[in-house]
Amino acid sequence: MGILSTSRMKSPWLLHFDCGSCNGCDIEILAALTPLYDIERFGIVNMGNPKHADVLLVTGPANHRNYRVLRNLYQQMRDPKGVIVVGTCGCTGGVFHNCPNVLGGIDKVIPVDVYVPGCAARPEAIIDAVVLALGKLKAYGK
Amino acid sequence: MSTGWLIGSAVIAVIVAPLIGGLLRGIDRKLTAHMQGRIGPPIMQPFYDVIKLFGKERCVAGKAQLVFGYAYLTLIVTAVVFFALRQDLLVVLFILFLGCIFLAIGALSVKSPYSQLGGHRELLQFLAYEPILLLAVVPIALKLQSFRIATIFESGQPLLPHLWLSFIALLIVLAIVMRKSPFDISSSEHAHQELVRGLVTEYAGPYLALIEIAHWYEMVLLLSILGLFWVVGSLWWLSIIIALGSWFIILIVDNISARLTWSWMLRFTWVAGISLIGSNILFINLGWM
Ligand code: SF4
Repeated sequence: MGILSTSRMKSPWLLHFDCGSCNGCDIEILAALTPLYDIERFGIVNMGNPKHADVLLVTGPANHRNYRVLRNLYQQMRDPKGVIVVGTCGCTGGVFHNCPNVLGGIDKVIPVDVYVPGCAARPEAIIDAVVLALGKLKAYGK
Repeated sequence: MSTGWLIGSAVIAVIVAPLIGGLLRGIDRKLTAHMQGRIGPPIMQPFYDVIKLFGKERCVAGKAQLVFGYAYLTLIVTAVVFFALRQDLLVVLFILFLGCIFLAIGALSVKSPYSQLGGHRELLQFLAYEPILLLAVVPIALKLQSFRIATIFESGQPLLPHLWLSFIALLIVLAIVMRKSPFDISSSEHAHQELVRGLVTEYAGPYLALIEIAHWYEMVLLLSILGLFWVVGSLWWLSIIIALGSWFIILIVDNISARLTWSWMLRFTWVAGISLIGSNILFINLGWM
């Protein structure tokens, strides 16, 4: 494994976007940042800037109101990048399924790499998902 | 000291400074994590981050910004070279200032509101520490009748017992240059999202890595200036301990204080810095120090 892919594995910077969730999953994402889970151990840092981020964490279903924002954020992220959907409502629409303002899962708007089901998803599952997404970053350019 | 030896030390400084800077950042993140009851990333984390950034897709908001970013790095490296060649301290500082100004102009050259605000705040920070850093070398010149770094090495007696007031003023400058609380106004070394780190919002991938490396150079240069206060005699190794000790004090202050507003920062640095250095100059003239 080259030094570049090692570095990619060891330094995934996250961007967190709330696409209209109930905030349940967002609280779980923030829980992963607390000293109890301390994701900085793995070099994971929560960034506020799509241009710096490697992994996009999305919660909530895609809807007519903000799918353009979601697509814009995705396009601003530089390659290699991965997308993780956290929570059932982001995977398929979940409890918001068939609402008139809801498009459905996040994958209706942007390509998704990892799905984390659960309402709400647990912090352990979220950390696992980031590790899975790293596989994609590692394989980039090969 | 022979010219060949000096040139050799300059080459070594350019190669070693970023390594020391990166290592210090890694230890900083580890120590900070421990102070907050976390485990923290591995010590090598800053190097992983930078290497990863070099491997990311390139993207710039404008060519001008790129030029300013490279100018920042080049000028900081030049300042380090001049320091290693034991040139005039004033020349080193003015080259450093010029580099920092280019960083702010780089941020201001993009229309993004975050970048604009970040650049503006960087200029305010600059306004706060630049006069202090410049004034702090005046007592050195008063003591040794010269601004040259070589004179400090030849003087044969440590500066700290005479200039400890200016040294304290330089600690404030160090906190600002290291972007630590309570002075992390324009950007933070940590993953805080102060205005989404306005200063570097528009730098991405390899260019962000260059800015980070320039920051390491900058930090090491300032620590070396602090080390100058005890660099001669048989106890020359105290300079390293003084530099690392100051660095550690800044870490502790970072972890126990909240961020100030910019007007507070300006008032604090100017009042504390100028009165410390002013009394130092007065005492030297009175022959007390
Ligand atoms: S999956 Fe459930 S808990 Fe998570 S955001 Fe959606 S509705 Fe809320």
